[in-house]
Amino acid sequence: MTYRVLYFASLRDRAGTDAESVDLQAIDARALYAQLRARHGFTMGDDRLRVAINGEFVGWEHALRDGDEIAFIPPVSGG
Amino acid sequence: MFHISETAIDTAALARELALARAGACVTFEGWVRDHNESRSVVRLEYQSYASLAQVEGQRILAEACSKFAILGARCVHRVGTLEVGELAVWVGVSAAHRGAAFDACCYIIDEVKKRVPIWKNEHYADGESGWLHP
Repeated sequence: MTYRVLYFASLRDRAGTDAESVDLQAIDARALYAQLRARHGFTMGDDRLRVAINGEFVGWEHALRDGDEIAFIPPVSGG
Repeated sequence: MFHISETAIDTAALARELALARAGACVTFEGWVRDHNESRSVVRLEYQSYASLAQVEGQRILAEACSKFAILGARCVHRVGTLEVGELAVWVGVSAAHRGAAFDACCYIIDEVKKRVPIWKNEHYADGESGWLHP
């Protein structure tokens, strides 16, 4: 399956890109993050992140579909 | 209406949008770029957002404020990009018939925006280092 993954803030810096297409097998967002964490060396665990799929916040167990756009949202600091 | 803006916020225009004959109060909040954080000297901030989701979540917060409090109008604009010390980073404005609801709603909106909306600040320090804040 092919997914589009968006990165922000410290995850973006660590990944070295704002977005990438990945071809991976992952049952849900949590499994996908685990694989991408290993690939990029992200230090943040999924307990500190939220996840959004196709522009909406969803739970970590949300099933992934081919072509989904997934964003891992680190703790926010606007204001 | 909630907006992410890449340019300076026109606060006068926003305030005019809140001016209604039925309104007896207007409460505004301005978040400014401060020259320090936790004892470190800050020279500028860089704000990044997930713009499409920030728009949806920000709009959701304003809708919540309108249903929780007896207000007439609410606006919030948040900057992204590089901001210097003293610049306006976020503006919230609420109008209402009476001041109590306007104060409460303004406070609710800025608190929820800071907690929920996908915007991040990268602090650039006087010593040349920088760091994203992930509280």
